[in-house]
Amino acid sequence: MLLRHTPTEITERTALTINPAKTCQPIGAMYAALGIHGCLPHSHGSQGCCAYHRSALTRHYKEPVSASTSSFTEGASVFGGQANMLQAINNIFTVYNPEVIAIHTTCLSETIGDDLPQIKKKAASEGKIPEGRYVISASTPSYAGSHVTGFSNMVKAMAGMAESTGKKNGKVNIIPGWMEPADMEEIKRITKMIGVKTILFPDTSGVLNGPLSGEYKMFPEGGTTVAELKSTGDSKGTLALGEWCSADAARDLDKQHKVPCSVLDMPFGLMATDRFIDALRTIAGVSIPEEIAHERGQLVDMISDMHQYLYGKKVALVGDPDQLIAMTEFLVSMDMKPIHIVTGTPGKKFEKRIKELTKDMGCKVNVKAQGDMFLLHQWIKNEPVDLLIGNTYCKYIARDEDIPYVRWGFPILDRQGHQYFPTVGYKGGLRLLEKILGVLLDRKDRDAPEPKFELVL
Amino acid sequence: MATAAKKKLVQWGPAEVKSALLEKYPPKVARKRAKQIMINEAQQNETPELTANVRTIPGIITMRGCTYAGCKGVIMGPTRDIVNLVHGPIGCSFYAWLTRRNQTDAGPDGENYMNYCFSTDMQEQDIIFGGEKKLAAAIQEAYDLFHPKSIAVFATCPVGLIGDDIHTVSKNMKEKFGDCNVYAFSCEGYKGVSQSAGHHIANNQVFRHLVGQNDEVKPGKYKINLLGEYNIGGDGFEIDRIFQKCGITCISTFSGNSTYDQFASSHTADLNAVMCHRSINYVADMMETKYGIPWIKVNFIGAKATAKSLRKIAEYFGEKALIDRVEKVIAEEMPEVEAALAEITPRTEGKTAMMFVGGSRAHHYKELFDELKMKTISAGYEFGHQDDYEGRQVLPNIQLDADSRNIEELEVEPDKTRFKPRKSDKEMKALEKAGYKFKHYDGLAADMDKGTLIIDDLNQYEAEKLVELMKLDIFCAGIKEKYSIQKLGVPMKQLHSYDSGGPYAGFQGAINFYKEIDRLVNSKVWGFMKAPWQKNPELSASYVWE
Repeated sequence: MLLRHTPTEITERTALTINPAKTCQPIGAMYAALGIHGCLPHSHGSQGCCAYHRSALTRHYKEPVSASTSSFTEGASVFGGQANMLQAINNIFTVYNPEVIAIHTTCLSETIGDDLPQIKKKAASEGKIPEGRYVISASTPSYAGSHVTGFSNMVKAMAGMAESTGKKNGKVNIIPGWMEPADMEEIKRITKMIGVKTILFPDTSGVLNGPLSGEYKMFPEGGTTVAELKSTGDSKGTLALGEWCSADAARDLDKQHKVPCSVLDMPFGLMATDRFIDALRTIAGVSIPEEIAHERGQLVDMISDMHQYLYGKKVALVGDPDQLIAMTEFLVSMDMKPIHIVTGTPGKKFEKRIKELTKDMGCKVNVKAQGDMFLLHQWIKNEPVDLLIGNTYCKYIARDEDIPYVRWGFPILDRQGHQYFPTVGYKGGLRLLEKILGVLLDRKDRDAPEPKFELVL
Repeated sequence: MATAAKKKLVQWGPAEVKSALLEKYPPKVARKRAKQIMINEAQQNETPELTANVRTIPGIITMRGCTYAGCKGVIMGPTRDIVNLVHGPIGCSFYAWLTRRNQTDAGPDGENYMNYCFSTDMQEQDIIFGGEKKLAAAIQEAYDLFHPKSIAVFATCPVGLIGDDIHTVSKNMKEKFGDCNVYAFSCEGYKGVSQSAGHHIANNQVFRHLVGQNDEVKPGKYKINLLGEYNIGGDGFEIDRIFQKCGITCISTFSGNSTYDQFASSHTADLNAVMCHRSINYVADMMETKYGIPWIKVNFIGAKATAKSLRKIAEYFGEKALIDRVEKVIAEEMPEVEAALAEITPRTEGKTAMMFVGGSRAHHYKELFDELKMKTISAGYEFGHQDDYEGRQVLPNIQLDADSRNIEELEVEPDKTRFKPRKSDKEMKALEKAGYKFKHYDGLAADMDKGTLIIDDLNQYEAEKLVELMKLDIFCAGIKEKYSIQKLGVPMKQLHSYDSGGPYAGFQGAINFYKEIDRLVNSKVWGFMKAPWQKNPELSASYVWE
């Protein structure tokens, strides 16, 4: 047993986190910043933070992840990191020449109270920021929230680049939240099909799912451009996909530039996608093409075709709030029973929302925000499930408890596909369903006694 | 035209490559980096020529990590029956959770916490009001849940800044429990200039709190400790197999697949064999002073190096039975190695490699490339010191800077009751007279060809430039560097965690490595970079479909 020391009996813990279901803010800020075209994320702290975040993102994407660091030593920690930051800005523009440096803080620079806006001002006044180049920043203390909060904070900093010219651009801002590059690509495909002009930010497609061609581009083709980010202030509206990752930036755009926003769930699964498409229709004043209805019908078709294998199956879920809310709704809509749900990210709203979504399921649901995977494992030991959905760390639970398991979330360190195949939208719903059915039916085939082993399922 | 230009670049000499690496930098950066790039003369000077173990330049994309990574991630990470509790915000513990491919075998006692990740997950109020209470509560909860032999506490950046006294908290909890050794590491990420400081801090605390805790004499002959072996990809398992075959008893490994008791009993061994000089030489020195255990440098990366290291261990004990048995084992193991080489070297001979990794690995792995008849044209360390490059004879002349002085040096004295010279002065002298070298390490430069480039703390920009200028066949570094190199169409092998696969140590490991390098440098995929229409972009006459 890999997690042999995990007892079935649950005791209350107030101080010890075991097998976390979250990580810290800066990595989220780094991921979001990679969705700006020509941007170098910069970690203002000691160099280990940057090394760890780059390693984690690299392992997840199998792609280069460039980011720089202020490389604090003991001296900088005592006297403040301003000198390191100024030197870094100068070196970065000289050696790498990005269009944007997106700085995020760390627990180190936050604890000593470095003031990034003031440092930026000083860099600008000393001529360290070349003409036409930008430095943006987000405060991302690791001791508050989670990686999701850090993502949201950097997206807010991106929205901070918005300008209003007074002339509307006819576009809709879409803030997709923490989804894979493939998902962002899929959002763009859907909006193009519908005929809505959009500004998607951040957009990591083309950045973290690039080709191998014998050339290395430190700043790949993808990413939301600075011009687009500036233009978000002139858009006719914003759709924020997910309360945790995207809503704050959307509300800022509303407040600062009078761009009205609506906050939706992330479009994973049938119903959340329905609402997303319908919102696009309303905000852009377009009618939805038949192709979209066709894709929707295919998803409904597969649910009905395979419903017998889904009905009543108990599921344990772990991941981030926005994703889990959509996934829970999707599972419930297929008459499955998500009974254990954990996120490491804090927020009582999450528990409330999950309880609402599962209230008609007719069984007890364990849900916890700011929980961990040790607790999830204990819940599973007390009430076993038929399916486990979560990031790669779940494989230790899946193997110990022998549970069919679908990898979905961050990080995925041991399988491929998340970079290239979306799980958003109706097409993405088909892929999710295919993955779920795949593991459930593999299990059925594995466990069926010979007389019951069947060719047609 | 393009081909002619490329040809010219290949012919660039080391001095030209060096100046090409520096030309884009701001003057201050260029001056600093120039001192960290050396055209090798392999002179074995008393005064170090290359600058190393100095601060990373802010904004320059470095390969380096932090002190915490060196302490918790590298040294203490591979121990299986100690609960490694990270005191800090969640990230540091999360990122060090199972990401280094340290293999472990839970053994008959079954204790194994390596698959777990423990953290106090400090929140804003802990930063403001202090985290000591939360730490004490977390230690208590870990004790109540698991009843481990030992709990190790690791500090992350904010802990040092807010002044949490993790040592006193640990001491109090240890006293409270009575049957669980609790101790702490002040390994805040900002200390020192790289992971290296974390190794030193780990060495100090392991020596202070673990080594010497169990005087019980273990059975077996020819007792050694293997220091600086982390069982990445199962390296330690292969070395253990060879030791067992030779009849050598390994009391403890620091720290691959290690247990609390191994550390606690390590002072009962009669020889310390040091693999990774950079990460662990401190403990070897301290054990020599306190317990009288001599140390030698060994290397089990490379079949010839493995044979050489085994002979060195046998020669130390000096008994014919052991010497003969070691020779027999080498004779048994080598035919398979030679057969593999005979098959593979025709496909690898003359190819070129670069290695920028670790604080000893770039040196160790050169052995394997030599065996494959590949040429290492440039190498360097991520966090090595000057003695790792130019040999321990430079030690007296290394000038300690403020960053190094910040790392505690333990004052060690001979133990009143347990200091026991393993060999008499006369025996030691006789061995030395016969050419046996204790506490000796020549460093990387001595083994590199003259005129090759030795580069300390290589960064992403220089790596890309080197690949562009020197047209090599394989590049070795870590995960962060992997894909930017591969995008250029050059295979990249991780030598920190090996990507996948291993072991690469010992005889079987060498064979695995030959096969792996053969796979990488001869993979068909590197020929698929361009599509047919990109190779021949001219439009031909219209195609007539029949």
